[in-house]
Amino acid sequence: MRALSWLYMAVAYLFIFLPVAVLVAFSFQAGRLPVPPFQGFSLRWYEKVLGDRDLMAALGHSFLVAVVSSALALCLGFLAAHALARVRLPGSVLMRGLLIAPMTVSYLIIALGLLTVFGSLGIRLSLWTVGAGHVVINLPLCFAICYAAMGDQQRSAERAARDLGAAEWQVLAYVSAPMLAAPLAAAFFLSVTFSWDEFIIAFLLTRFDVTLPVEIWSMLRSGLSPATNAVGSLVFLVSVTLVVALEMLVFRRAK
Amino acid sequence: MTAGVLVRGVSQRYGQAMALDDVSLEIAAGEYVVLLGPSGCGKTTLLNLIGGFAEPAAGAVLIGGRDMAGVAPKDRPTTTVFQDYALFPHMTLAENVGFGLRMRGAGKAERAARADEMLALVGLAGRGDRRPHELSGGQRQRVALARALAVSPDVLLLDEPLGALDLKLRRAMQDELKAIQRKVGTTFVHVTHDQEEAMAIADRIVVMQAGRIADMGPPREVYLRPKSLFSAGFMGEVNRIEVAGGRSALGPMAVADGVLCIRPEAISAGGALRLGRCVVRDMAFFGAYLRAHVVPEAAPGMVLVVHLPQGAEVAAGDVLDLGADAHVVL
Repeated sequence: MRALSWLYMAVAYLFIFLPVAVLVAFSFQAGRLPVPPFQGFSLRWYEKVLGDRDLMAALGHSFLVAVVSSALALCLGFLAAHALARVRLPGSVLMRGLLIAPMTVSYLIIALGLLTVFGSLGIRLSLWTVGAGHVVINLPLCFAICYAAMGDQQRSAERAARDLGAAEWQVLAYVSAPMLAAPLAAAFFLSVTFSWDEFIIAFLLTRFDVTLPVEIWSMLRSGLSPATNAVGSLVFLVSVTLVVALEMLVFRRAK
Repeated sequence: MTAGVLVRGVSQRYGQAMALDDVSLEIAAGEYVVLLGPSGCGKTTLLNLIGGFAEPAAGAVLIGGRDMAGVAPKDRPTTTVFQDYALFPHMTLAENVGFGLRMRGAGKAERAARADEMLALVGLAGRGDRRPHELSGGQRQRVALARALAVSPDVLLLDEPLGALDLKLRRAMQDELKAIQRKVGTTFVHVTHDQEEAMAIADRIVVMQAGRIADMGPPREVYLRPKSLFSAGFMGEVNRIEVAGGRSALGPMAVADGVLCIRPEAISAGGALRLGRCVVRDMAFFGAYLRAHVVPEAAPGMVLVVHLPQGAEVAAGDVLDLGADAHVVL
C-alpha cells in the first residue's frame, strides 16, 4: 500500500514534468531536430538563441511589459482593496464582484474586447496595448490578494497614524503598504509570472514589437528546432526563479 | 501643551439607538477625567467625538476654546492611546514613538531625541531599537502611551487602555498613568468600565448610562453621595431599602421618601441609623473584611450585604443588632 502511494506520486510528477524535462533535454541536442535519438550534448542552440537579435528584443519587451503592467495592476489593486476594506458603501459587494469579474472571462474574450476598443478609439497596437491587457488580467488577482490581507490590525494602525497627524497619502506610504509588504510582493511576483507567460493577449494586441511568447510562436511556425527548446527552457528558468524567489522571500518570511 | 475640553449638547445616533443624548461636559485643562460606564453607554462614542473619529449629529466639541467641527483627527490637538495599542509592527519602538513628529516634518535627530525621552518617561529607556512583537502587553501599552505623548498633545484620549492587561499589571499601570499625567500636565480623558480603575486615577469620574451622564464628581463624591441609583450601583455594591412615608420593610425610618442606599461597609453594630436585629445567613473571609449576608428579623424576605471587621467573631445563625453609619436616599 505504501509502495503504491509512492508509485502514484512518482507517476503524477512524471506526468506533470515529463514534457518540461523533454523540452529542456532536447534544447541540448547536438543535431538539427529536437526529437529522439539524442545525438550528443551541445550548447550551440543556446548560443544561437542568445545571439538572435529579434529574440533578445522580444525578451526585453516581455520583461518591460511584465514589470510595468504588474506594478500598475498592483497599485490599482492595492488602492481599490484599501478603499473597499475600509469604507462600507451600499454597493461595495457589487464593486468587489466587478473588480474580480475579469478573472472569470477567458483571455481570448478580453483580448478581442480590447482589440475592438483600441480599434474604435484609433489607438495603434504596441507594447502599451499588451500592457493594458495584462493590467486587466492581473488587477483582479492583485485586488484579491491585497483585500484578503487587510485585517483589523491594519485598520487600527491606520487610525492611529491619522490620529498622529498623517495625511492620507502618508498613511498609505508609511503604514498601509509597509505593513502589507509580503502580500504586495506576492501579488507583484505572481503578476509578473502571469504576464511573462501570457500569449493570447500579447499575440492579438501587438504588431511590430512583440513579446517573447509571440516570438516563440512565430519560430514554431517555421518548423521544429532545438532553438525553440532553448528559448522555452530559458522562459521556464525565469518563471521558476520568480516562483522560488517568491517562496523564499515572501511566504517563508510571512510564517 | 494642555487645554480644556467643552462638550456642548452633543447627540449622536447609530441607526435607531441613541448613542449620546444631549450630553454636556466641561473638562478643565490638566484634569484627569475618567468616563465610566457599562459597554454601550456611549463613553467610547464620546471619546471618538473628542478625537474627531466621528462628527456629532448635534452639538459642538470645543478644545481650548476652538470649535472642532469639521476638523480631522490629524489636525486636532488630541492623540489617542487605543485599547489594542495599534502600534506599527514594521517599525522599531523609536520609529513608532517618533512617527507623530515625522508627520509634522521634524528632523531625524530631533525625533530620535524625543523618542528616547518619551521611552524613558514610560520606563522603556534604551529599548528604542526593539520591535513591538518583542514586547509584552504591558510594554506595548507603554509604547502606545509614549507615542501619543511624543507630539505634546493638548488632550490625551485613552480608550480602555488597560483593558487587555491582567489585573495585577492593570493596578500597577494605573499608578503609573496617574504619575505620568502629573508630570506632563496634559489633560487626560480615559474611558473604562472598571470602577476601581476609575477611582484609582480620576480627578473626576463621569458615570454614563444609556447615552447620558448619570453622575459626575470626584471619586469620593460619586462613591459616597451618588446622584442616581444607577451610579450608586455601578460604583460598588449597595443595599437598597424602599422608604415611603417614613416607613420601610424594616419598620419606621427617619429618612426622606425614596430608595435608601447603604454601602456594605457602612453597616456596623454602632451605626446611627438603626436597621434592627439581623440573622447572619452566611459569611466569607475576604482578607480585608468579612462579607456576610444577613436577614433582618423584621423583614425575612430581605437580604443585606454587610462588611464586618476582619477580626469579628461571627458565625452563621448569630443575631446582630446593626445600624448604618452613612446613607443616601435617592
